[in-house]
Amino acid sequence: MSQSSPSVQTGLRITRALGHARYALAANPVTLCAVLLFMFVLGCAIFGPMLAPYDPLQTNGAMALKAPSWQHWFGTDQLGRDVFSRVLVAARLDLTIAFSAVIIAFIIGSTMGAVAGFFGGWSDLAVSRVCDTIMAFPLFVLAMGIVAAAGNSVINIVYATALINIPFYARMARAEVNVRRNAGFVHAARLAGNSEWRLLAVHIFPNTLPPMMVQVSLNLGWAILNAAGLSFIGLGVRPPDAEWGIMVAEGANFIVSGEWWMALFPGAALMLAVFSFNLLGDGLRDLVDPQKRT
Amino acid sequence: MALGVKSRLILSRLAQALPALAGIVVVTFILTRALPGDPAAYFAGPAADARSIAQIREQLGLDRPLPVQFLSYVTDLLQGDLGRSISTGQPVAEALMQRLPASLELTLFALLLSALIAIPLGVAAARRPDSWVDQACRLLVTAGVSLPTFFTGLLLVYVFYFILGWAPPPLGRLDLIYLSPPQVTGFFTIDALLDRDFATFRAALAQLVLPAMTLALFTLAPIARMTRASMIQALGSEFIRTARASGLSERRIVYTYAFRNAMLPVVTTLGMVFSFMLGANVLVEKVFAWPGIGSFAVEALVVSDYAAVQGFVLAMAVLFVLLNLLIDVVYTLADPRVGMEG
Repeated sequence: MSQSSPSVQTGLRITRALGHARYALAANPVTLCAVLLFMFVLGCAIFGPMLAPYDPLQTNGAMALKAPSWQHWFGTDQLGRDVFSRVLVAARLDLTIAFSAVIIAFIIGSTMGAVAGFFGGWSDLAVSRVCDTIMAFPLFVLAMGIVAAAGNSVINIVYATALINIPFYARMARAEVNVRRNAGFVHAARLAGNSEWRLLAVHIFPNTLPPMMVQVSLNLGWAILNAAGLSFIGLGVRPPDAEWGIMVAEGANFIVSGEWWMALFPGAALMLAVFSFNLLGDGLRDLVDPQKRT
Repeated sequence: MALGVKSRLILSRLAQALPALAGIVVVTFILTRALPGDPAAYFAGPAADARSIAQIREQLGLDRPLPVQFLSYVTDLLQGDLGRSISTGQPVAEALMQRLPASLELTLFALLLSALIAIPLGVAAARRPDSWVDQACRLLVTAGVSLPTFFTGLLLVYVFYFILGWAPPPLGRLDLIYLSPPQVTGFFTIDALLDRDFATFRAALAQLVLPAMTLALFTLAPIARMTRASMIQALGSEFIRTARASGLSERRIVYTYAFRNAMLPVVTTLGMVFSFMLGANVLVEKVFAWPGIGSFAVEALVVSDYAAVQGFVLAMAVLFVLLNLLIDVVYTLADPRVGMEG
């Protein structure tokens, strides 16, 4: 055995994975579109504030409620602010809320689920009870109640969105860990002297990551919708901050008098972001498990 | 004998709802009492001074230990007391009951609408996988879950009210020129029909169509997706192969054999659909100024009417548990396999 064999093996594995990804992308142009869309949305979130042609908070009474034009691509709102700049800048806030909520939910949920699935017993019972209790609520309504009780702020929107997503990760991690608990490689690792916690963290948990990542991608879209919905009804983000949900809510007052651009563009941006996450999730699922396609 | 097994199953399912209800009560109690911040200040409202806050604290028993408070909370709930709204002074339970029919009418009509579209679509897609119907179904399913309900609602208002002028203004259940029909069920459309007042029926239906379409577009996706998946599974199963081999007509195979078997998993996913729907209801009611419990909660949020919001959360959760229970009971009664092996 030469010294370089592990790294050569890793290299081979990566090449094979990339090859598989390329094959899957070529076979499914929709997934390729999803990847490009996702990069675009992410690009808006990262570079948006730099690219915005106007200050998103700068009001201009003389330019209020103007329809889209070359000067203002998406028109202006009731205070004369540039809707295009506001939509672009809002991407960062919306994505930050969704990403932080999903990351928190993933960490807490998968830990709870993995412990429950591996050790069973009372920990399993406790985790299942907690999940059942959360799922007994209509989830958006529970999020409303949490934000109303804990205080109306952006950070509480993140916590509430994270909490209602925890059961999905916990249940999934529990199931994925449970089926591997008695696998041959686990017994082998145990005989080699690994502690139980190390078995779970190093040998079993990484194997559950592919299906969990699919869940993360699908959840991101839902988390954005949820956060935008909360700010649409007046929770979390406060004016004059730019955020898609609250922009649609402000535009809603003007749509019956025909000023459609104020609600349409932020709404369309929201839709595009959610659509790209959902498409990406479906594509990832094809990649991870070709049999599960529905 | 089979009936005995079934009723025992239903009883045990009823018993399973009890922990869920207990969990809901504990969570809403935590939301009302145990969170950071002074609940007495919340309940007193934003305009209260230190003395009235202290008075409220004593009045609500918030100075007593938590277990005692929990007991009195549960006692109040058992008597149907959800507290009093600070903005209207009305008991919260009464306000919710008044507004519940409006929400139920909207939700059930939307569910009916989406089932009427989604189920045939899912069946058609499953019969010819990868055909244009299937692609259309897939597109609709992905687009359906990506659409923010409040945004689709606004788009529909813009197109059908502002541009085309087909729909009435999105302002509630009935135009002001009509009187609401005498209350029997609380559903304006049904009450107007019972009263043989067809003009009012048409007006109520016209108000109902757009919000119901909005909600239906949202729930279409999960129902169509599930119908397609379980129909494909049913069509690929052995009893269908046997039926085909026996020379039964395609119609009979698809509708009598496959469809009836495929519907059972769809019925169970309705629970999840309800969860989304009750949440989306809040947003749709706000867009269309629909006077249901969702817009009650939004109004309460705006004025920080704390008791009203928590009463709403509790009521929705209980409604959700009851709906799930109903689905499971219907499922148990409908599935001929349940109890056969017993």
